[in-house]
Amino acid sequence: MIPLSWYLIFAAALFSVGLFGALSRKNAVAILLGIELMLNAINVNLVAFWRYGDVAVMAGQVFAVIVFAVAAAEVSVGLALVISVYRRRNTVIADELDMLKW
Amino acid sequence: MNFWNDPLKIAADWLTGIFVGWGMNDTAAHVLVAFLGVLILISILMVVDIFLVWIERKVVARFQDRIGPNRLGPFGLIQPFADIIKLMIKEDTTPDGADKVVYNLAPMLSMMSVLILWAVVPLAPVMLGVDLNAGALFIIAAGSIGTLSIIMAGWSSNNKFSVIGAFRQVAVMVSFEIPMLATLLIPTIFAGSMGMNAIIQGQDIWFVLLSPLAALIFLIAAIAELGRAPFDLAEGESELVSGYNIEYSGMKFGMFYAGELLHAFTFGGFWAIFFFGGYRFFGLEKVSPFLAIAIVLLKALVGYWIIMWVKYTVMRIRIDQMLAFNWKFLTPVAFVLVMVTALMNALLREASSGLYITGMILSNIIVGWVSLEIVRSMSRKERERVEGVKQVVEAHH
Amino acid sequence: MTAEQIIFLIVAGVTLASALLVVTTRNLVHAALWLVATLFGVAIIYAILNAGFIAVVQVVVYIGAIAILFIFAVMLTRRELRDNTPQLNRNWWSGALVAVLTFAGLASLLSRWSGFSKTAAALPSGFDAVAELGNQLVSPDAFVLPFEVASVLLLAAMVGAVYVAFTRK
Repeated sequence: MIPLSWYLIFAAALFSVGLFGALSRKNAVAILLGIELMLNAINVNLVAFWRYGDVAVMAGQVFAVIVFAVAAAEVSVGLALVISVYRRRNTVIADELDMLKW
Repeated sequence: MNFWNDPLKIAADWLTGIFVGWGMNDTAAHVLVAFLGVLILISILMVVDIFLVWIERKVVARFQDRIGPNRLGPFGLIQPFADIIKLMIKEDTTPDGADKVVYNLAPMLSMMSVLILWAVVPLAPVMLGVDLNAGALFIIAAGSIGTLSIIMAGWSSNNKFSVIGAFRQVAVMVSFEIPMLATLLIPTIFAGSMGMNAIIQGQDIWFVLLSPLAALIFLIAAIAELGRAPFDLAEGESELVSGYNIEYSGMKFGMFYAGELLHAFTFGGFWAIFFFGGYRFFGLEKVSPFLAIAIVLLKALVGYWIIMWVKYTVMRIRIDQMLAFNWKFLTPVAFVLVMVTALMNALLREASSGLYITGMILSNIIVGWVSLEIVRSMSRKERERVEGVKQVVEAHH
Repeated sequence: MTAEQIIFLIVAGVTLASALLVVTTRNLVHAALWLVATLFGVAIIYAILNAGFIAVVQVVVYIGAIAILFIFAVMLTRRELRDNTPQLNRNWWSGALVAVLTFAGLASLLSRWSGFSKTAAALPSGFDAVAELGNQLVSPDAFVLPFEVASVLLLAAMVGAVYVAFTRK
């Protein structure tokens, strides 16, 4: 049988990889990719705690479903913003987007 | 439990016994038998796919008032084999500058997304790959992988027409998933579960009689998901030089083409399962599982024939018309239909079966009629506006 | 080593490798495709956890919608056709340090917890997770309020995304 620790370590590792991606990438879309990895790690954690706790208490799965909705909303708005910025400034490199509208 | 009642279990037990007798571990033997079962199912499906090519060409010929292939073999039955040999000996090109891994992976993913659908299709009450309790949602998930394969094909071909065709096709597929999902909720409401076997067992009255509008919307959304006419803008030859298919030749194109035909057959099967009773036919399926398989295949062929009939009769629709049709008509109607069906189900659940059926059909007819009236009045206003402009222009001259 | 453990190790290894490739590869379209592989691996982990509905919803929502959004966004925001420039910014080493420290911190914190090596209880027979989830999502003394708030959030996000990305011709 798989101990809970395996799932938690896996989720922590996935979270750290996503954190590295969100902090170290130049392209704005790539930063959003890192954020998606972090959200997936959170979801794995939630569902693992649901399974290894009292299975009749569905709070873990409900929380995971809400995180799905939040992730979808955030990605759509974030990518719409990135595309809109690209249309104005012709760049999506995060370092180059450092001046407000003048 | 003899062979004719439960063939798969008997065969699986016999094979497992042989493997364990050879000294294999018990779980390993089970895994191997499951693997062999999957292999046999896929082989049978690919053979069915070959004959679908023949059926398609004969049927399109009859619709177009000609005979179709009749040279090779009786009634042209050997023709698809000749097609396959031709595709296999064609040169396997890779365009210059294409992304090789993605380019070669796309047809495989496209075929895979069709074959995994058959894991949840109930062929008989005891013959089911996996009895998922979220089976209806699994179909949408497999469609998502198909969408991904198209965008991979279009982008990796390093060709502008390819990319535009793939973008359009993916936009259509993603858009039409929504009315399909909404109309899949209606058999779920009636049967109380999303599992495929539960939906079929709940069809004492065929669901098409309970909700014909849902069956119609599911059919339209499924044809759009398949990328077949009248929604095949992305691969029409006069439109976009066959879209994401352009740079594919030989067996890779064969995989896309055969995959599309098998996908159409599979969705004919799903239309039959969700709305026409699946393997049930007035109790015949209890006689033998093989009869149940025959019933499913027959209903799937009828569904496939209807999809072909639509393809070879109706004109192609423009991309903006397609998307407007989906977002302004199909999606609102589908959602209203789900709400009305849920309401009627909650109200009439305890009533007699005759009242239930009449209530459901009436609600469907009202929803369909009201939405058609709204669309008709909107188009009348649009026509008057255009006529008014034309009259002003003519009076001007 | 039971079969389940071997499957979990293989799937977890492939998923973590794909995630590493997502954050290090130079070609952004490849990064989006490796994200698809990662999301698929996570869906398999949900299936191992007996959360079948969550697994299917993961494929439909993440791979069928979010990953495709990413691929579209990558294709629409490219200045040149092939990007072979380095994709890590100037301070990537501090990002790596923070990530390693986070992982070490999380692992050590969790290992001190008493329930860390718990094994899973068997599922009660006849337990239909999907039906139970559906019941709790619409039941007033369970989770109907967060469910409705999530719907309003999605509506707001839809309106916002359309407005932000709209071009007036």
